[in-house]
This record gives sequence, C-alpha cells and structure tokens, in this order.
Amino acid sequence: MPTARASLFPADRFVTRHIGPSPDETQAMLATLGYDALDRFIDDVVPPDIRLGRPLALPPGRSEREVLQALRGLAAQNQLFRSYIGMGYYHSFTPQVIQRNIVENPGWYTAYTPYQPEIAQGRLEALLNFQTVVADLTALPIANASLLDEATAAAEAMHLTEAVARPPAGAAPLFMIAEGCHPQTIAVVRTRAEARGVQTVVADPASFEFRPGVIGALVQYPTTDGRIEDYQEVCRKAHAVGALVTAATDLLALTLLKPPGEWGADIAVGNSQRFGVPMGYGGPHAAFFATREEHKRHVPGRIIGVSRDAAGRPALRMALQTREQHIRREKATSNICTAQVLLAVMASMYAVYHGPEGLRRIAQRVHTLTVLLASALTRLGYRVVHSHFFDTLCIEVESWTLPRLVDAARARRMNLRTISPTRIGISLDEGTTLGDLADLVAAFSLNEVLPFMVEDLGAKADTAIPEALRRASRYLTHPVFHRYRSETEMLRYIKRLEARDLSLTTSMIPLGSCTMKLNATTEMVPLSWREFNRLHPFAPREQATGYRTLFRQLEDMLAEITGFPRVSLQPNAGSQGEFTGLLVIRAYHRSRGDGHRTTCLIPTSAHGTNPASAVMAGLRVVPVHTDAGGNIDLEDLRAKATQHQDTLAALMVTYPSTAGVFEASIRQICEIVHAHGGQVYMDGANMNAQVGLCRPADVGADVCHLNLHKTFCIPHGGGGPGMGPICVAAHLAPFLPDHPVVPLRQEQPCGTVAAAPWGSAWILPISWAYIALMGREGLVEATKVAILNANYLARRLAPHYGVLYTGPHGLVAHECIIDTRPFKQSAGIEVEDIAKRIIDYGFHPPTVSFPVPGTLMVEPTESESKEELDRFCDALIAIREEIREIEQGTQARGNNLLTNAPHTLADVIADAWDRPYSRERAAFPAPWTRAHKVWPAVGRVDGASGDRNLVCVCPPMAAYALAAD
Amino acid sequence: MSKIPSDLLYTEEHEYVKRTDDDAIVQIGITDFAQGELGDVVYVDLPKVGASLGRMDAFGTIEAVKAVSELYCPLAGTVTEVNAALEKDPALVNRDPYGAGWMIKLRVKNPADFDTLLGSEEYKQHIGE
Repeated sequence: MPTARASLFPADRFVTRHIGPSPDETQAMLATLGYDALDRFIDDVVPPDIRLGRPLALPPGRSEREVLQALRGLAAQNQLFRSYIGMGYYHSFTPQVIQRNIVENPGWYTAYTPYQPEIAQGRLEALLNFQTVVADLTALPIANASLLDEATAAAEAMHLTEAVARPPAGAAPLFMIAEGCHPQTIAVVRTRAEARGVQTVVADPASFEFRPGVIGALVQYPTTDGRIEDYQEVCRKAHAVGALVTAATDLLALTLLKPPGEWGADIAVGNSQRFGVPMGYGGPHAAFFATREEHKRHVPGRIIGVSRDAAGRPALRMALQTREQHIRREKATSNICTAQVLLAVMASMYAVYHGPEGLRRIAQRVHTLTVLLASALTRLGYRVVHSHFFDTLCIEVESWTLPRLVDAARARRMNLRTISPTRIGISLDEGTTLGDLADLVAAFSLNEVLPFMVEDLGAKADTAIPEALRRASRYLTHPVFHRYRSETEMLRYIKRLEARDLSLTTSMIPLGSCTMKLNATTEMVPLSWREFNRLHPFAPREQATGYRTLFRQLEDMLAEITGFPRVSLQPNAGSQGEFTGLLVIRAYHRSRGDGHRTTCLIPTSAHGTNPASAVMAGLRVVPVHTDAGGNIDLEDLRAKATQHQDTLAALMVTYPSTAGVFEASIRQICEIVHAHGGQVYMDGANMNAQVGLCRPADVGADVCHLNLHKTFCIPHGGGGPGMGPICVAAHLAPFLPDHPVVPLRQEQPCGTVAAAPWGSAWILPISWAYIALMGREGLVEATKVAILNANYLARRLAPHYGVLYTGPHGLVAHECIIDTRPFKQSAGIEVEDIAKRIIDYGFHPPTVSFPVPGTLMVEPTESESKEELDRFCDALIAIREEIREIEQGTQARGNNLLTNAPHTLADVIADAWDRPYSRERAAFPAPWTRAHKVWPAVGRVDGASGDRNLVCVCPPMAAYALAAD
Repeated sequence: MSKIPSDLLYTEEHEYVKRTDDDAIVQIGITDFAQGELGDVVYVDLPKVGASLGRMDAFGTIEAVKAVSELYCPLAGTVTEVNAALEKDPALVNRDPYGAGWMIKLRVKNPADFDTLLGSEEYKQHIGE
C-alpha cells in the first residue's frame, strides 16, 4: 500500500514506460531461467570482481514533465541572434510538412540502416533522390548516401586521393589545402593526413606549384570568405602531375554556378544542411560526396544502387558493400560505417518539395540580397574585397573599426564573422529579409543617418557571378523533382515511402550490437525547439549558455557511468570515436617519447571498423586469436604482447565481447596490455550491458567511446545520425581534440576530428533527457532487464537452435548468437533465407553473419515486453519447423517458404501460383500477421546484378512503370 | 563437390595453374571451390600486362557481393595477358572458372616454383572434400 508521502510523488514513472516487461513478466522470465530474483540472476552473469558495487552517483529518475521543464530552462539560456557567420552553416526553413512527417515522425527516425532492402525501399528511394541531387548539382556521376560532415568528407576525399594517386617512388605524398577552405575543414584534413603520414600544405591554389609527389588538392568553391574563383587552370596543372582535385562546395550555390564536374574537379564534397536542415549548433547534417566513375570502388560510406528483385522488378539496395570497413577491415580506405540518413532524407525531400526552379529562386534571392548589401556597404564607404561572390561578402575595415562594427551588429542581435583583425564576413541565407538587410546596413553605418534607402538599391542589382562560371547545364530533371509541389502530394509521397519501411513503430528490430531500444517522445521533443535547433555552431559562447550547461552535465553523467574523468563530445559516430581514441593514445605515447609505439592488437572477432580505424590512426594491426568460447585467447594475447612489447600502442577490445559474453578474464587482458606498455581502448558498442553494473575504467580500460545512438537513446534515423563521444582516463585528458574556431582549451590536443566543436550538438539533449528520466536506479534496472531479455530469448530458442557462446552459468550478456549453419547441409538453407523469412512474419531480421558467418545475432534490449519477445521466438520456432519440413522432404529443397522469402503482396495475390505451398502460409504464417504486418515492397533483392552494373541516381521513369505492371 | 581437374596445379589460397601450349607460359585463375565459396562475383581487379610478380604476391582482388579476396600469384613471373572479358562479365569466373573465367597468363620466371604447388589430390584434401 502506498504511504501518504509516496502518493505525493509524481503519479507516473518514466522507467516503467522505457522498460518493456512489467514486474510480473520479469518474474515469469526469471522463473523460466530458474531464478527468483533479478539480482541473483545478474550476479551469475556479470563477473563479481568487476562489479561496481554501489549505485551510480546520479540523481534519481524524474518524470517526463519535470525533465521537459528542466530542458525548457536550459533552452531559455540559449539566445537566438540572426547568424551571418556562414562557414558552411546557414539558416534554412524546414518545410513544415517535412518537419512534422519526417523529423518528428518515429516512422522515419526509428528505422535502422537499410541492410534489409525488402523492408527499406522507402528510405532507399529518398536516399537515391539525395544521390541524384548531389550528382546533378555537382555534375559528378557517382554520389554516396551522405557522410558525417563537410570537414570529414574532405578528409575522406584526401583518403580516396591517397588510395588512387601513384606518386613517384620515393616522393613523400603531399596534399595541398587551399587557404580559402573553411578553417574547421583545414584542421580536420590536417589531423587525418598527419595520422596517415601524408604531408599537407596550406597554399594559394593559383600560385601553388604542382610538382611530382603532389597527390591532390582541396579547394573551396566559393571560398570561406565568399570569393568565386575559377579553378580550371588549377585542375589542369594538378592533372598534369597525376593529382586529383577536390572541391568543397555548396549545393545552393551550385544551382547558379558552373558545377565542379564541369570545370575539372575529380571529387566534390560539402554540407547539405542548407537544404532544409536546422543548424542545430553544429549538426547532425548530411555531408555529400561525389566523384567520377573511375573512382567508384574507393568511395567512402554507403552507396544506394538500383538492382532487381527475384521477380525482375526494380529494387534498391546498398551497393558495393565490399568497399566497406566491415568487409575490408584494415585494407579499407575509410572506417566510416554510417551515413546521416535522416538528414539526407530531409535534404532530398527539400529538393523534391522545391524542385529545380524553387531551389534556383531561393539561391537567386539570396544572391540578389547579397549584391544589394554589397552595393549599400560600398556606398557607405566600405571596401567589399571580392567582386565575385554568391552569398558571402568579405569587408575590409580598419582594425579599430572592426570591434565597433561587430558590437553594433550584436546590439541588434546579429552575429557577424570576424575573418581577421581587419576583415568581416557576412553570409546571407534563405532566412534573410530586406528588413535584415536594413539592420545590417544600419549597423555598418555606425548610427549615422543613411544617405539612401536599401530598397532603392534594388534597381541596380545585377549579379556578381562571373560569366564564365554561371551555370548553363540543367539539373533535377527527373520527374520526382517535379511531381510533388502541392502539400497534399508531398505529404502522400512522404507517407508512401514511410509505409514501405519497417521501423520500431511496427515491431522489434532485434539487431545484435545495435541496441534498438525505445526513443522516447519526451527525449525527442526538445529537438523541435528553436532554442536548440537554430544556433550556429560558431555563435559567441555567451549566447549558448544553455547548451554549454547541458554539455557539462552530460559529460559529468557519462564520466560517472564510464568511470573516466574526462569526456569529449566531438566525435560524430562510433567509428570517429574509435579513431579519436586511438589518436589520443598515439599523442600520449609521443608525449613520452614513445612515438615508435604503433602496434595495435585487435581480436579477430572484432568488428571490421576497429582495424579500419587503427589504420587511419597510423597504427599497424596485429590480430589476436579468439578461443572456441568466443573469448580472447589469453595465451595468444600474451605471446603477441610480448613479441611486440617494444612497439605496442594499444589493444582494442569490445566488452561484453563481440560474442555477447562477459569475459571473465577482462581484467587480466587489460593487465597484460599495460604490462607491455600498451593502452586499452574499449569499444562501447555493447555498453548497454554495462551501465550501472560495471564501468570500463574500473575494468582496466584507458579510453572508451560510447554510441549515444545505441545505449543512450538517440534514434538510428534509418542509418544515421549517431554520436560517438570518448571518455578517457586522467593521463589521456590533455590530448583530447580541440577546435580551431571555438577553442576548447585542451593542453596538447591530438587534433580536430569533426567540423563542429561538439559534434552533433542538436541531438545531445536526447541522451541528457534519457539519463535524467531514468536516474541512477532506472539506468541499472534497464541494464538488468536488457540482459534478462536476451537470456530469456536464448533459453526459449535453445531447444530449437544452437546458441553459440555462453558465460559460466550458461548465460549470455545482452545479446545472443543463434547458430543457423547446420541447415545448409540439412536443408539447403542459408542464414539469409531465414532472415528473409522473418520478414514474412512481420519482423526485422537480426544481424546476419556477424560476428560469426552463417549465424544470427539478436539483441532484444530492455524496451521490448515479454509478449513481443514471445512473438519473435514463436516466429523463429515456426521457421525451424518449416526447415524441418525441408529436412524431412515434405518441402522441396531450393523452392520452399524460406528460399522464396520474402513474399510480396503482388506475389501472393497473382493469378498464377505454382509454388509447392499455400499462399496463406507464405503471407500469413502466424496469427498476428493477419492483424498487421509490414509487407516487403519488393521480393528478394539480387545483389549481384546491382553491383555488376552500378546505377546510383534515379533511373528513368520507364523503370518504375515496369514495376507497376 | 567442386570440380578439381587432375591435370592442374593448385595453391592453398585456391588459385589454379594450367599449362598452355607454350611451355614457358601458364594460365592462372581461381578454383571452382573458391568461386563457390565467394558466390556471385561482381568485379575482378587485374594487373597490367608486363607486370612483374613474385611468388605469392597479390596480383589483384576479386569481389563478390559479400566478400572480397586478394588473388595470389602461384609462381614468380611476368604477366603476358589478362582476361579482358572479365571486365564486362565477371560472372565468367562463376560459370567457367577453369575456362573462360581465367584471369592472367604468366611467363614463368623460375620453373622450380612448380614444385611448391599442390596436386589435385593434395588440393582436394586441403579443402576437405
């Protein structure tokens, strides 16, 4: 019975909303496993010597109303000034139909990376549109499905250059960075080049001498201070010595400017943020990457390609996956795993909504306003430095005038850019009005009476784009950019695509190591507040007090959860966290005169991103074997650590292990590495099994990254965004990354790893809210239930499938591996067939063939109820019986429910049906599928045909017409 | 069971060596077993004619939908010809690995290298068939 006092606490607790199983269900699951109490069960799973042994030092959980109130308070401390800072970030209006139906819609934001194309055709189509926008506007035919930010996209271009350029033997490779690039881009490219042993030089491209050994050049178009430069001659000189030219550019400008592909650039990169995505104090945004046909096998990240399904219908899928780190490991050109799918979808929809004429109108308007402003400032006696510009002016002033001008603007709640002590930058955007122009001119008049009206300058406005660089070629001619102009049509297009995809709004997505838990609405709501989404990342510090407080508090929370004293929120993804952590380790070794420590031990079971990150950080990978139990082979580790003790830099280890087990020897593993002079990097992919039970620092690690999009509830966005902050021990703290524009005051920074100082700041309130809502008890409760759910699932499936790898008491951690390999022999069934058949049951398949080829890895998370787990188990058990029918000969090998899966609606209602099983079994294999399920939009997608003939832009409409037949 | 012709020589890395009419020149490709394991081949990256290769040097890469593998040159020598047909139709490797799906022809530098190769029975044992 509640006491009178307890009844006065908030009536609703968030913890019970986040955690799926009810107390009764929890008890029932424990009983299945032979336990009567959750804590006793956990004691048998987590080795006692690594247990935290006390509650986390965090406040108790708060109600949703209280947390929203607290976030309102933080938001109110952010001040919204009009931003004229530019530098790759501009105000842009998100069409409200996109805001409400994509950004605020879990149907879009809770989907996973489109590994299963049959239930992802919606976002794959949106991404194909994105690639088409990029390919058309840059005039380079091969575009990818987005990268993390403009600066890292430029660094990826440098890596591609490094992979394909053939400098003469003996010549140290040199990469030229034009001085007109954004400072954050220069810093990131230099950090990445330095790690790989590529020399860089910052120079004026026009006078730079392209000599043999120069592998490539990066130019900005238009430059960071607004100048439109003609780089044709630069390209000619670069190509003469075999160097590639990368253009960092701006999609809106390219609607008016001659595109890079037409003046000789080999690669184009940039930020698509100003296509309807808010600045969000730095991100997330979708960066783009496009190149020529001959480099398609070196393109970083994901490429969506057109292929066919089993019935010959056009179908989309992620193409050329063998380029990627999870296959190529240390031989990969890039470590990038993810894209910024949600943001790329937004940008592509912005282009669909406005179409080429609309985009051109927006660009033309921004340009005309800029021309007007130039003319007004000239009349006031200021020198506009560049005569050719798109949306950015560089104004030369006396050094004593500059602060007065910046202050005058700030008094009018406007932020200008200080380019140098005598130069001011002003970037206009979609949000700029004539009234804003008048305010700007007023600030520059320093309160003198204006001798003219701003509006009157209009008559003289012409263009400041040189004739030779005006765009003549057409773009976005595909019908998709012309059909959805009315809001009714646009809404239906968005909804049509959404309906093709499976997200958490229909069923669990039990992907191993991906932690597809609840993304609570309360956690997402603050993203829609302008105080969080409108800030420019380089706005003055004092205007972002709310954000700064939130960062500090979030850092403290993550520090307590990991046991490390210091945190960097800069890395934008798990892969970037790995790279950053390794850079920090290298910087630490160097600071001690141990620059020769470059050997990185990595278990063979590790995710492919680990070795790819190590190579990017300039380390040499030495694999360590895993034993039959999926654990690190201690003998081999000891042998390798001894063999390489003079050069040992680090061990990368995932905990709980990639096999989903709490390795009892983790402390010993860390001790062995330390004893031989190495540092321990802990991959935080499986942190959801640790929170509140044990901590990476206590276990013996020196640095770890956290996937905030896994453990801390940032939604997967259909394949991005993510966030991968790193947490470090005190001795590594001086080496955390810094930022060239917004100094973070690190002592001996390892460099800069992302374009924005705090990565994707806009989505950090999600993780803050999650931790605040759950509190110390809720967080550890979630961890326990996540482990319970995985074990319950494993136990229910054990009579039907082999479950690989368990710890001491036959228990797994927060995920389990289901062995489907025997069916290849017994029934001619591959793991893929089972995965596709799961789709017929209305579920998203688990992770396929990782970490063990031919198996399924399932991570249910704490958010799924027992009822949902049972439904999923029922599906897998039923599929096992379907396999048995093949084994017993009642179903044909090679032509059965599994090999023909998934079954589309078109398949099962076709007049002709010649399969050796009923339509009903094909489409409605379980009772719940009659009530509701997501139908696969296409049948099994043929990977080979799409890879042999890569098409990565929208195909002609004839192809779609065929699909409708 | 994959095809393992008895008149060819093999490596543990699943390349085969086939003698040609010219005693000094051999044809090299991957085995039927290897193509079966890889699955649908989508791309083969081959060296240029004239390239000089050491024994077990990587001479190219082969990409399937889900896997990628290095190709190792079983013998030291100089590339005299590459199979240009694979550029248009990489699936030839799947359909006819020992015939139209060949990869390179090589002028053998050191005939003693032949002794390092496996016979068909040894290869059969190696792959456990």
